[in-house]
Amino acid sequence: MSLLNPLIQGVLLGGLYALYAAGLSLIFGVMRLVNLAHGDFIVLAAYLMLACVTALALPAWVALLIAMPFMFALGWALQRLILNRTLKNDLLVPLLVTFGLSIIIQNGLLLAFSADSRRLTVGELEIASWTFGDISIGVVPLITFIVAVLVILGLTFLFYRTRLGRILRATADSTEIVQIMGIDPRHVFAIAMGLSFVVIAVAAFFMGVRANFDPAAGPSRLLYAFEAVVIGGLGSFWGTLIGGTILGVAQTVGAAINPEWQQLAGHVVFLAVILARPRGLLARA
Amino acid sequence: MRYGIAISTWNSRLILIAAGVVVILLAFAPVIAPRSLIQDLILIFVMCAIAQCWNLLAGYAGLISVGQQAFVGLGGYGLFALIILAGVDPLLAVLLAAIIGTLIAIPVGLLMFRLQGAYFAVGTWVVAEVFRLLLAQWKALGGGTGNSLPRTATTEMFGLSTINALFGVRNAVGREIVIYWAALALAAAVVGASYLLLRSRIGLALSAVRDGETAAESVGVDITRTKFAVYVFAAFGASLAGALYFLDSARISPDSAFTVLDWTAYVIFIVVIGGIGTIEGPILGSIIFVVLQSSLSDYGPWYLILLGVLGIAVMLVAPRGLWGTFSDLTGIHLLPTRRRLVPLGETPPTREA
Amino acid sequence: MSLLTTHGLEVFYGDFQALFGVDVAVEEGETVAIIGANGAGKSSFMNALSGLAPTRRDAILLAGEAVGGTPAYDMVKLGIALVPEGRRLFPSLTVEENLLMGSSGRTVERGWTLPVVYDFFPVLRERRRQLAPTLSGGQQQLVAIGRALMANPRILLCDEISLGLSPAMVQTVYQALAAIKARGTTILIVEQDLRAALAAADRIYCFMEGRVSLAGRPAELSRDAIQAAYFGTAR
Repeated sequence: MSLLNPLIQGVLLGGLYALYAAGLSLIFGVMRLVNLAHGDFIVLAAYLMLACVTALALPAWVALLIAMPFMFALGWALQRLILNRTLKNDLLVPLLVTFGLSIIIQNGLLLAFSADSRRLTVGELEIASWTFGDISIGVVPLITFIVAVLVILGLTFLFYRTRLGRILRATADSTEIVQIMGIDPRHVFAIAMGLSFVVIAVAAFFMGVRANFDPAAGPSRLLYAFEAVVIGGLGSFWGTLIGGTILGVAQTVGAAINPEWQQLAGHVVFLAVILARPRGLLARA
Repeated sequence: MRYGIAISTWNSRLILIAAGVVVILLAFAPVIAPRSLIQDLILIFVMCAIAQCWNLLAGYAGLISVGQQAFVGLGGYGLFALIILAGVDPLLAVLLAAIIGTLIAIPVGLLMFRLQGAYFAVGTWVVAEVFRLLLAQWKALGGGTGNSLPRTATTEMFGLSTINALFGVRNAVGREIVIYWAALALAAAVVGASYLLLRSRIGLALSAVRDGETAAESVGVDITRTKFAVYVFAAFGASLAGALYFLDSARISPDSAFTVLDWTAYVIFIVVIGGIGTIEGPILGSIIFVVLQSSLSDYGPWYLILLGVLGIAVMLVAPRGLWGTFSDLTGIHLLPTRRRLVPLGETPPTREA
Repeated sequence: MSLLTTHGLEVFYGDFQALFGVDVAVEEGETVAIIGANGAGKSSFMNALSGLAPTRRDAILLAGEAVGGTPAYDMVKLGIALVPEGRRLFPSLTVEENLLMGSSGRTVERGWTLPVVYDFFPVLRERRRQLAPTLSGGQQQLVAIGRALMANPRILLCDEISLGLSPAMVQTVYQALAAIKARGTTILIVEQDLRAALAAADRIYCFMEGRVSLAGRPAELSRDAIQAAYFGTAR
């Protein structure tokens, strides 16, 4: 059996995982917060788009355009109203508050949409693919990967080439000193969370188009995002792409050997990386 | 004035005697209490033990784990493997399963201690997932669908016939009484061990860590070792509780054994509501939890949303939880573990240095 | 009217009181130095002025307006910029990005722009693309001063800017302060280096245990009086 096909599929899957991871990495980079509800917010965004599609009969990509500003506002409000109150404490309070949010979102979605698994549809594009010999490249997975690269390019540009990015990086360095520069860090955090939620909306779109989702799908998205961040190395957007790709390849190769090993293989590679290089593959030694 | 170091606030011996009396009274509960209450109490004891362990981790050692379900599940699966595959007596199997869980916790802990803070938290969750997925592959124990304990396994349990004769009850009830006592012993032992641990040198080290790691290091305490010891102890407690829980339910599956909801979310809720960083908090929290559970769990998702909202509200408004807030207001500590400076009386002036 | 005055300024950190009713006045265009031993309350004074430590509203007047207790991120917009003790540059930002951070608050233009700061400190222009921690301590201090100037302050607060610098670099930094003063900027410094402070300041205040123990023009104060006020040795 050829490993080339799972390898290619894995790389493409890695694009999706990089999208999951980019928002998580952004938040951790700016405010050292790990949002345990990250995966649940991805699922929430997917349901939001699904609701737009079913209730308003809009195409899915229009729903994405609607969801992006909405998710920005949601992330901004979440940070301003809840999470900013937790940040002066140690890590316990922000972790547990986001864990509580995770439970609330999962059950809220269960009430609103039932436990049935759902999907976003984009018409014929879903099944379109190019075939080369025994390798088949799906259009949607390829677009996902390209979008992931574009999102990471965009975030890198934003962080390293704009005034906002400069402020975000400075705030990550010191929340006290940015204040004497005339900046309210709580406002910066809210913008960072808003940006993270825009990335969440994009990730949710491709998750929903590529596969089924249900209200309980959040935690595993969080774990994939987290594993991609750690494998790639902390605080690097390109690291999330590399980490996502490695995770994707590990899963598809694992699944090619035994279909039940898909998730397991990904987790095992993650554990191997923290055993060998706990600061991630891209981290400076 | 001369000063000394004291841990006790009230007459702590009196409190300990009272605690002993409560345990003894609880031991007699099966004589009068209905079976449904006994089942609730078993759940309280099991949750209290797991919560106390999580409290030691998060409230004292600063290790936030969202993966304690790994050890609860390993305890449960260890028990099933020992009973079904090796024919071990159930009560002995509970102990052995806990030892297996603890032994697994050592390499897992060594790996997890390479991660810090929030990364440790999510890392422990990944490990729990790994065990869930691995045990779903173990066909001899039912694979992904799980397995039930054979009836014969628990009918020949140690001490069962004596209890049946003593109480004049059938096997099913007798079995429940044995498990009830074991669960009571488990909760009492975990609470007692935590209490002793926190009053020992390790407890002193942990409170030094809480006040700042450099401070702890400067008084010659190996922080990482101390935290690791707490991690392994917490794994032991969780495995033991898991083994007992699944002996009681007599049915196990990878999803029920390694559920983050039951063994971590509920446990966090218990500790947060009760009062993190206190010995009393998890006890109070598990009682509140089981009362809520038995009265509200019919509401399904609404019930879980309520738990989430309550947990977040307590974290934001009263982060020391019910017991912590109560004891801050009143100064009452039933099981005090903090050292305080107390005046020992006037120093005779002639002896002044 | 003085540009900046404090009236009975008190600062608390929890139960600990750091300042007990401090009265200080700074005139437009002046350089004023606060001297005092460790723990005299100098840094608390700076933190209160820059908004990092809470105070009563009417304890601090800026051009007659009560501004005490204004959050730090608004204080800089009112025209009070701080060069913090220990420089506190943003380590993951370049020299130029650090300087640009100074103008983040969108303050009123008073002639300090990036080219002006570079003309003032030409060495920073050469190193503009380097990360801040790669500079020497003295150069980092210049970045910190330049960063505060980028906020176009009405009054520049400098907290212990000679700390940890070589004598030559201390001289460079104080020459820069003199040139900044020559451009009309009001300067308030906190300084443990008595000689540097006395040379640079039009007037000094000496703090001891959270109170003003002496005030006056350097030329009018005797050495003994300063020592007594500084160390609390004699009356």
